Amino acid sequence: MEGLKVSDANLVVFLHPSKSNRVSKAVLHELSSHLFQFSEIFDGVLLAYDVDIVDRNAKLLSGIHPYIGVRLKAKLLLFSPKPNMLIEGNVVKLTPESIHVIVLGFASAVIIDEDVREEFEYRTKHGKEVYRSKAHRRHVIEVGTMVRFLVKSLDREILHICGSLEPSNTGSIHWLDQNFGELSLIDRSGTKRERENEMKMQEHAVVGGEEISLGNDQSKKSKKRRLREES
Amino acid sequence: MSNNLSAPDPAELSSSVGSGSNNMGVELANERAQFLEMEEVNFTDNELVYHVRTALKSASSGDSESYDELIGVMHHRERLSPDEVAMLVTCLKALSGTVSCIDVVHHESLLSSIFGMSMWNYGPEVMDALVDLIISLAASSGKFVDSCLDMLIRNFVPPYSYLALLKQPRGLSRKDQVLSRVHSALESISHLVPLAPMRLLSLVIQRMPRQNDNETVMMTYVENMFKLESGSMGQLVGSTMLIAVVDRLLDLDLEIGWEDIVQDDSSKGIFEMELEDLEEDEEDLNDEGDELPGKHLSRNSLRGNVIAEKLDSLLVLTFEYLESCQGHGRLLEVFETLLHSFRITVLNAYKSKFAQFVMFYACALDPENCGVRFARMLVDIFVCHDHPPMTRMSAVAYLASYLSRGKFLSANYITTMLKRLVDWCLDYCNVQDGDVNPFAHRVFYAGCQAIMYVLCFRMTSIMSIPRLKSQLFLMPIETILKHKSDPLKVCLPSVVGEFLKQARAARLFTVTKTFIFDDILESELSRAFGGLERLDSFFPFDPCLLKKSDSFIRPNFIFWSMVKTTYDDDEDRDEDEEGSGDEDGEESVDGVGEDRRDRMATSFNEQDIDIEEFDYALNKMSITPKQSLMYKFGGGLEELVRMPSRIRPSTSPESL
Repeated sequence: MEGLKVSDANLVVFLHPSKSNRVSKAVLHELSSHLFQFSEIFDGVLLAYDVDIVDRNAKLLSGIHPYIGVRLKAKLLLFSPKPNMLIEGNVVKLTPESIHVIVLGFASAVIIDEDVREEFEYRTKHGKEVYRSKAHRRHVIEVGTMVRFLVKSLDREILHICGSLEPSNTGSIHWLDQNFGELSLIDRSGTKRERENEMKMQEHAVVGGEEISLGNDQSKKSKKRRLREES
Repeated sequence: MSNNLSAPDPAELSSSVGSGSNNMGVELANERAQFLEMEEVNFTDNELVYHVRTALKSASSGDSESYDELIGVMHHRERLSPDEVAMLVTCLKALSGTVSCIDVVHHESLLSSIFGMSMWNYGPEVMDALVDLIISLAASSGKFVDSCLDMLIRNFVPPYSYLALLKQPRGLSRKDQVLSRVHSALESISHLVPLAPMRLLSLVIQRMPRQNDNETVMMTYVENMFKLESGSMGQLVGSTMLIAVVDRLLDLDLEIGWEDIVQDDSSKGIFEMELEDLEEDEEDLNDEGDELPGKHLSRNSLRGNVIAEKLDSLLVLTFEYLESCQGHGRLLEVFETLLHSFRITVLNAYKSKFAQFVMFYACALDPENCGVRFARMLVDIFVCHDHPPMTRMSAVAYLASYLSRGKFLSANYITTMLKRLVDWCLDYCNVQDGDVNPFAHRVFYAGCQAIMYVLCFRMTSIMSIPRLKSQLFLMPIETILKHKSDPLKVCLPSVVGEFLKQARAARLFTVTKTFIFDDILESELSRAFGGLERLDSFFPFDPCLLKKSDSFIRPNFIFWSMVKTTYDDDEDRDEDEEGSGDEDGEESVDGVGEDRRDRMATSFNEQDIDIEEFDYALNKMSITPKQSLMYKFGGGLEELVRMPSRIRPSTSPESL
C-alpha cells in the first residue's frame, strides 16, 4: 500500500533537567507523544520509531532551566496519505450511503455513495449488508473485507480520510488480487495493440518488479502498474 | 449511485404524495402533512433521503425555504404530539442518510439545532434516530467528530428543568434510556473513528462540572465518567477518568477549610475534647448514632456545608464504583490508576482531609493486594532519597495513619512494615550524629513518630502473637529513640507520651528521663520539624467526618476507643498505684464499658473473625480488663462512651 515510508531523521530532543537521570526513558516518552498525530515536520503520521542516541554528550540550553539537548538518529515509520494515493483498509460498516473503512487500525476513512462507482450496488442479504459488483458477481464488499481505495482528502487533525472507489483498480483486495488479469481484459476492451502493450508491461513488471515499486508519481501511472505494485 | 438513480425525481415525488403541486417549495411548506401522508403511501427510505438531500443542496445554492422547514421540525421540543414525533423521527432518519451533503458552513443552523437537541426531552424513538444521526455525522467527516462527541457528553446530564424528576421512577427510567444510548453511541463512534477516544478525553474533562455546580449534575456526570471507565473504551480513557474524579474530590476537599471543621476552643486541651459530653441530637439518633464525641462535634460544624455534602456524595459514589469493580474482578487494575493519581496529587496536597479515603476503601476491599501495594508504595517513597523531604514526610504520615487505622491489616504485615521503617531509621542513626535539630532531621523525626504512632495502636495485637512479639523485641527501637538527635523530645508529645506508657507496660523499653508533657498538644520542637505544613501533626486517616462516606469506612476502621492498650491490664492489677488523670472519666462509665464488651464479643461471633480480631477476643477472655473500653461498631443507638485516650492527636485542630 502507498503512503507508508521509512525516514531517517536526525533529531535533537530537549529534555527538562529533572529528566537527566532517565534520559533514554525521557527520549522515548517525548517521541511517543508524537505517535498517531499528524506532524507538519515529518509530513505524516508517526507510526513507529527506532532510535539511537548518537552522542553521550548533550548540549545544554542555557536558561532558568538548563534543558539538555540530546542528539538522536532515528528511523521513523511515517504514514502520509496524499490525494490520489491508493491505500488499504478494513471495512467496518456499510450503509446505503457510505462505506466506513479503518486504515492501519487507527485512521478512519469514509467513501460516500457518490464516490462508489456505479458498478457496485448496495444490497441486504439475510440481514447482512453488502456492496456487490453488478459486473463481477463475486466482487463483494462486506464488513470485514479489506478494500483498496483512492484517497480524496485527509483531515489532518483527526486523521479522517475521504476515499473513493471510482477507479476500477479499487475494491476488495482479495478479489482484485485474484482477478486483475481478467479485469484488465474485460475493462480495457480497447484495441489489440493496447492489449499487447499491457502484456508487455506485465512481463516487464515480472522482470523488474522491484524497481517499479520505487516510483512515486502515481497519477501518471497506468492502472495496471498500480495494481502490480500493490500485489 | 444506484440508490440515487432509482429514487423518483421531485415532480414524481410530489404527485405521488398527492399534493397536487409540482413545486418543491410549496410541497415542503406543507411538510408535516406530507410526511404523514408519506407513511400512508409507503415512501421508501431512499425517497426520503433524496428529498432531504435536495433540500440541503438547494440551501447551499441559496434557496433555503425547504431547508428552513427542516430546521423548523428540529425545533419542536416540548410535548410533542404523536404526529410531531413521527415527523421528527422521519426527518432525523432521512438526515442520517444524507450526512455527506451536510456542510459545516452552509448548514450551520441545521447543525446547531441538531447538536442543541437534548435526548432527555424525547421518547425512545426520537432518541434512537438522533443517536443514529450523530453516529453517521461523526463518521462522515473529521470536522464533525468533536461536535458530535461534545453533543453526547452534554447529554450526560439532564437539562436543569429535568433535575427534580431524577428522583422519581419515571425520571430514572428516562435516565437509563438516555445514558445507555449515549454510551453505546460513543462506543460506535470510537469503533468507526478509532482516534475519537483521544478527543473524547479532553472534552469530558472540559465539560466536567465545577465545585460550585449542582450536586445532582455532578453526581450524574461522574456516574457517566465511571461508565466510560468500565466500558469498552475503558482501556483508552479509563485512567484519565479516574484521575479526573480524584482531582475533583481533592478540589472539593480543599474548598473545605480547616476552619470549617475545627472548633477553636483553646481553653480545652486535646483530652478534654475527647471527654466532651456527648449530646446526640435527633438527626443523628436517626442515623447510626454511634459516633465519637470529638467527631460528632466537628461534624456539627460541617453540617449545612454544601461543599461537604457534595464531597460526601461523590465519595460514596466512588466507593460504590470501587465495589462494583471488585465485583467484576478489576479492582486491582483500577487501583493501579488510583495509586498513581494518589502519588501525584493527594500525597502532596496540603493536608488533604477526605480524598485519601478512596485509597483507604479500595485497600479495605482487597487488603491482600491493594492494601499491601499501598503500604509498600508509601514506605518506598519514604525510604527513597530522590523524593523531596516534604513528600517523604507526608508519605510516612500516611503510612502511620494507614497502618494504625486499617482494621483489615494483619498484625504480621504491620510488623513487616514497621521493620522497614525501623531499619531505615537505624541506618540514618548510624550515618548521622548531630544533636537535636528539628529541621535537618525532619524526615527522621517523621519516621520515628510514625513508628511510635503505629505502636500506640498496634502494640497489643503484635504482642499477642509470640512470633511477632519476639520480632518486635528484636527491633532496635530503643537505639533509635535514644539517639543523640533525641526524637522523643521532638516528636509530638501526645504520641510520645502514649507510646512510652505502653512501651513501659509492655516492657519494650523504659526511659530513665522523665517526660513531663502535661497535656501539651505539641511542642515547639515538633512544630519545627513539621515545618509550615505541620506534617508533625498530620494523621490523614483520622476518623472520616463525612457522614455517608463514614458508613463505608467505619466497618474497616479502628477507632482509638477500640484500641486495647498494653497498660490496660496493668492498670487493672495495680490500680491503686497507677492513678492517672484520665481515669476519672473512665470510671464513670465503667458499667457501660462492660456492657459494651459483652456485646462486642457477640458481634465477633456473628462476624467472620479474622486473625487479628481473634487475638483481640482472646486477650479479652484472659483477663477481663475493667478499664478497657471497647467500642462496638455498627451497633444501634448506643450512648457513647467517654474516651480515656491520652493520645488523640487526631482531635488536635491541625490534624483532624
